[in-house]
Amino acid sequence: MHELAVTEEILRKAEEIAEQEQANKVTEIYLEIGKLSGIIDESVQFYWDALCKNTVCAEANLHFKAVPARIHCEDCGNEYELEHDLIPCPACSSMNIKVSDGDEFILKSIEVEK
Amino acid sequence: MPTKRIEIVQDILTVNDQIAEETNRLLHSKHIFSVNIMASPGAGKTSVILRTLQELTPEIKCAVLEGDTAPVTIDAEKVSGIGIPAIQINTGGDCHLNANLVRKGMQSLDLNALDFILVENVGNLICPASWKLGTDINVVIASIPEGDDKPYKYPNIYRGIQALVLNKVDLKPYVDFNLSYFKAGILALNPDVQFFEVSAKTGEGITDWAAWLKKQIKEVE
Repeated sequence: MHELAVTEEILRKAEEIAEQEQANKVTEIYLEIGKLSGIIDESVQFYWDALCKNTVCAEANLHFKAVPARIHCEDCGNEYELEHDLIPCPACSSMNIKVSDGDEFILKSIEVEK
Repeated sequence: MPTKRIEIVQDILTVNDQIAEETNRLLHSKHIFSVNIMASPGAGKTSVILRTLQELTPEIKCAVLEGDTAPVTIDAEKVSGIGIPAIQINTGGDCHLNANLVRKGMQSLDLNALDFILVENVGNLICPASWKLGTDINVVIASIPEGDDKPYKYPNIYRGIQALVLNKVDLKPYVDFNLSYFKAGILALNPDVQFFEVSAKTGEGITDWAAWLKKQIKEVE
């Protein structure tokens, strides 16, 4: 359900830009999804396929770029990326770690045909 | 056909966030402090909220917005039962509240008669994290029986919160819950979070948590 709401928002924004640009159709949509955003790209694609029919975006391809969440070990300085679960530092086993980035969910750019 | 690439770089949830900002401005103009309470189902949100409200009233004039996925009024009735205005917000099956639903819910409240609005989000550790509601602070209520691994499995909910209330601490002797492991996970995600241990059943720790909240409320009055 969460992805339905954000997919509607992507479509609304893409339609708005297509109108501003007086485009015939939107061909490509580039999205960036942070690891911690809670958004699953397969779900966005699923809702997109249903929502984009009969719109200026009907033939648009969605491109997803995953943005990792980075983890810095405060004890040994090691840098690593969050995979699935939050894990202790693989180098020194410390849990004195700080997580940064990976919260974003951004519409980066779109391509339109005039 | 000529094609054109348009750079946008905009957060997808901009519309939601704009409504949230408007709500926050409106509440501040009325000197109202607000909090968004998130938790998994069964963490004891409503029980902690009832205890907290009893500490705050009558000195502070409170109201509650109750988010639920279906039109069940059990939680709202509990709050109304202690004499505090409660508005039920039905998300129509959605797994989280959003800024627009909260704005609509607030229209049913007399904002001139309030100091504090508490929003009880839908019980869920995943989706509510992404949706700002326009409240001043976000709080997660966790509980001992849920296990100490929650920050490791659901990291995003702990990122944008100002306080974590760990409920059901009266169950510590009966549950294998490693408090330092739990805390380490929370602090890795959010080093500035305020941490409170409470039991809605025995009342333990509620005074400290309510006192902290009262201090925040007083600062916007």
